[in-house]
Amino acid sequence: MTDFLYFWNHFAFVILMVSGLFIIITSQNYIKKIVGLAIFQTSVFVFFVSLAKIIDGTAPILNSVNNVYSNPLPHVLILTAIVVGVATSALGLAIVLQIYKNYGSVEENEIKKEELKENS
Amino acid sequence: MNIFLDDATALVVVLPLLIAAIIAFIPSSRLAWFITIVTLVFHLSLSVELFQNFSSFGTIIYEFGNWPPPWGISFKLDGVNIGLQLLFSAFVLVTTIYSRKIFLSEIDPEDSGKAYSLWLLAIGSLNGIILTNDIFNLFVFLEISALSSISLISLGAGTNRKALLAAFNYLVIGAIGATFYVIGVGFAYAMTGTLNMNDLIIQLSQYSEGQLAIFAGMSFMLIGLMVKSAVFPLHLWLPPAYSYAPSAVSTLFAALATKAILIFFVRILYEVFSIYNGYLEIFLDYILLPLSLIAIFVGTIIAIYQNDIKKLLAYSSIAQIGYITLAFSINDNSGVLAGFVHIFNHALIKGGLFMAVGYLAISLNDRVTLESIEGYGQKYPITSYALLVCGLSLIGLPLTNGFISKLYIFQALYSNEMFLTIGLVALSSALAVIYFWKIVEKLFFSSKGYEATSEDPAIYIPIWIIALSIIYFGIFSSTIVEFSSIASESLILGGSN
Amino acid sequence: MTNESLLILGLLTPLFAAFGSYCFKNNINVRDSFGVIGGVITFLISLKIFNGLQAEEQYVINLFTLFNGVDFLFNITPLGSIFSLVASSLWILASIYTVGYMRGAGEKNQTRFVIFYSIAIHAALAIAWSGNLLMLFIFYEILTFSTFPLVGHKQDAESQAAGRVYLSILVGTSLVLFLPAIFWVWLETGSLNFTPGGILEGKFPTEYLIFLVAMLVFGIGKAAIMPIHRWLPAAMVAPTPVSALLHAVAVVKAGVFSFLMVVVYIIGPDYLLQSKASNWLVWLSSFTILTASIIAISKDDLKARLAYSTISQLSYIILGAALATTFALKGASFHIITHALGKITLFFCAGAIYVTAHVKKISELGGLGFKTPMIFFAYTLGALSIIGVPPLIGSWSKLFLVIGSLEADFLFVAILLGISSLLNIYYLLQPVFIAFNKKNIKNINITKAPLTIWPPVITGVGCLFLFFFSNYFLNIINGVVA
Repeated sequence: MTDFLYFWNHFAFVILMVSGLFIIITSQNYIKKIVGLAIFQTSVFVFFVSLAKIIDGTAPILNSVNNVYSNPLPHVLILTAIVVGVATSALGLAIVLQIYKNYGSVEENEIKKEELKENS
Repeated sequence: MNIFLDDATALVVVLPLLIAAIIAFIPSSRLAWFITIVTLVFHLSLSVELFQNFSSFGTIIYEFGNWPPPWGISFKLDGVNIGLQLLFSAFVLVTTIYSRKIFLSEIDPEDSGKAYSLWLLAIGSLNGIILTNDIFNLFVFLEISALSSISLISLGAGTNRKALLAAFNYLVIGAIGATFYVIGVGFAYAMTGTLNMNDLIIQLSQYSEGQLAIFAGMSFMLIGLMVKSAVFPLHLWLPPAYSYAPSAVSTLFAALATKAILIFFVRILYEVFSIYNGYLEIFLDYILLPLSLIAIFVGTIIAIYQNDIKKLLAYSSIAQIGYITLAFSINDNSGVLAGFVHIFNHALIKGGLFMAVGYLAISLNDRVTLESIEGYGQKYPITSYALLVCGLSLIGLPLTNGFISKLYIFQALYSNEMFLTIGLVALSSALAVIYFWKIVEKLFFSSKGYEATSEDPAIYIPIWIIALSIIYFGIFSSTIVEFSSIASESLILGGSN
Repeated sequence: MTNESLLILGLLTPLFAAFGSYCFKNNINVRDSFGVIGGVITFLISLKIFNGLQAEEQYVINLFTLFNGVDFLFNITPLGSIFSLVASSLWILASIYTVGYMRGAGEKNQTRFVIFYSIAIHAALAIAWSGNLLMLFIFYEILTFSTFPLVGHKQDAESQAAGRVYLSILVGTSLVLFLPAIFWVWLETGSLNFTPGGILEGKFPTEYLIFLVAMLVFGIGKAAIMPIHRWLPAAMVAPTPVSALLHAVAVVKAGVFSFLMVVVYIIGPDYLLQSKASNWLVWLSSFTILTASIIAISKDDLKARLAYSTISQLSYIILGAALATTFALKGASFHIITHALGKITLFFCAGAIYVTAHVKKISELGGLGFKTPMIFFAYTLGALSIIGVPPLIGSWSKLFLVIGSLEADFLFVAILLGISSLLNIYYLLQPVFIAFNKKNIKNINITKAPLTIWPPVITGVGCLFLFFFSNYFLNIINGVVA
């Protein structure tokens, strides 16, 4: 049980990640897929940041009072990753917009039906 | 000039990225193309300079801002990537010359200038993938290249709206793959506190074989990279993406994008993983080898049943990536050597094929299918014969570079006594004849008669450059073999050269 | 002229002929004359090389290295000089015949036909003169691809289907079996050069030799041993000049020639004999000889019957190579010449019958012999030569094969060769009897096409005439075996 509490951030990460993947796979709506993707990515970011947390740690500023501080590098990395994630979502939404303009729908099953009609 | 040359390692990546930002603001598409060409000529000369430095001083490690490894980002130019760096520079230049007419007719004319901004972005980031020595930096480059290539693919919507679905599909699957990779990086960082490849190797070797966290992290990284390099069965994004993208874009990605990522994939395998030999062997023998064989057969057989030629080539790419990973799954020098040889050769072959098919596509102004190209061998003889040369090389006939690949793959399999695999590889190469011959039969032996039409030299000259290099490297194979053996030796033996 | 330049000129002449035909595609007489001129030049060169080899001359060209131990090498062996002499001399007649046939039958796309015809001859010559197994393989593939347009020449559904069968069997077997076998030899010995006495002994694991032999004999699909013979009847949809020169001489002989080269210069006959790795092949080729003969009897289409007869006769050569004794190899080498001469005569006649009387089936030949006696005179000579009746040249090779089989203690093979000759008599001479049967005379319009009649007469008389000059060939054939 103590293990569970100690590693609770791992479990939170797994739950978030799996629900993100679940949304991507099951939803028919392209915008919902993007939302799922965002959740999936965010779960990883949260995990990364939580790994750097040290109990009682502070920001890494050298002074005489605090000598325990959190590692800043993961935060910096995740900052980059968040930017990448935002760009991915933005590009995804832009493509969804174009799909809507071209197909008149953002539902996967409706578009598949139309494609089938086109082929036959 | 010297200031430039000192930083050549960084410049080959930074220069295209910088120019990309400038080109986005240039209204004239002709000027944008011209600037791109100038940039890439400069890029090529930088690569040649890098090669000369490499051959006289050995491995080059470039530290950004002079921060030493655990803190700063570094690029590394060693035996593994020098060959690909040269090929990459030369090939993107040829492809860019070729791309002008393709972009003009396949992309909305207003966008065709801006497309070069994305084009350079993709080139810069792919070059970053080739050179980087930092596992998190790799993620950034992976994502830049993915985003720019997705945008380029979606530009194919000018001719076929399915390009949008393909792009979206690639975006979702690619993002999942990249995120998997980041998870792996997270694990590795949590255990070692470093992101630098060289440092990572040193840190990891302190752990005994039982560290599950490291294996979990490594597995996440490998799966992420396998998604990105379209290793079977994580390849589903590739066929639609390649077949609906503008032809010049298909050429660039089919030839180089997956290859650049595969190079990093083998680096992880043989530089990092080789510390845990038992685990590496399990991965190679029970995962990568069977998957490669299945990829070869599934890719080839699906390709046989394709009617759309760009899709056919895309599925054939799946099979060819299978050959590369098959060679890499042989855990010794000869196997890795064969893998590198095929990386180089297949880049040329598939690039040439997509170029030739791209020209047929713009002259048809429609999808290139088996029916629509009937008799085009008479109508466009120059392009069609180039396609024939590339195709014969794909089958692996002697005097083409495809044969050299086959020779080294056979040699590697033979020296490891994998006779059943030899039989399967031989069988699959005969199956490849079927799909290739379907194209040839329609092109050259059709009852439809056409008069020869004049072809555009701006397009067929680049295509023939590739076709002739296929023959050249088929006869004088020593260049490619030497680069590959430098690569495999520095991977397997860890030599500094 | 030095030996090297002679060799290069010989190789390039067919390509020049192809190029010349392309340049003069609008003037059909000039276009078609290139084949004849090219034939004469290559024939003279082949003859000079043939004589030169007997005078212990060397004909070697090494252009560059392809990979470790394998060069881009031409090196004329005695066996190769025989094959090139046969192919080039018959090319002269075949190109004269082609003019008569193609114009007489009113075929389309004649320029393309002439060009690929010349390229195929180039590939056959290069096979004959190649210095190592990989070079042989390269030109083997070029020969396959260059004959594909000739097989599918009519471009209708039937010929396209036949073309696919042709290509898939020949390319498929060569890529799946022949090429890996070449790699295997190279990996074990580090060399692929044709060396008298072979290169395998002492370097190759003898217990696996039987697999190598199997890979080679099935991989060289052009040798048409059963069950890899389906492509040959399929290829008969091609115009008759193709069937005559390519599918009775150049292509199929390239197949058996390749196998003979492997046995003589790669494996080495002594090594093969010791290892007994080819005993099973004696049985298989005997089976092919008999079965193909029986199938031939059942065919009413004259070209199909000749095709199955070819399959049967090719297995004579495979049989000789598999027996691997001195006389068997002599017989196999000689059979390349004798069968080529005899079979091209028969195919020429089949084509001439089609052009003059528009008849393809044997049952419809009734009485034709009285209207076109020259054709059937030539046909009879060719048939008797293949059956092995003295004084026709075909009797020599059969005699050697019989002696060879006794030498190797295969009595049943000698008996089988006798039975096969009896079957030959039946299925090859039956058309002659029908043609000269007065009861069956039908009214058939005869179109005159003299260019299709004289070539078979020349080759037919050649079968008779060369019987008395067999020593000329035997000298060099002894050089093959020694």
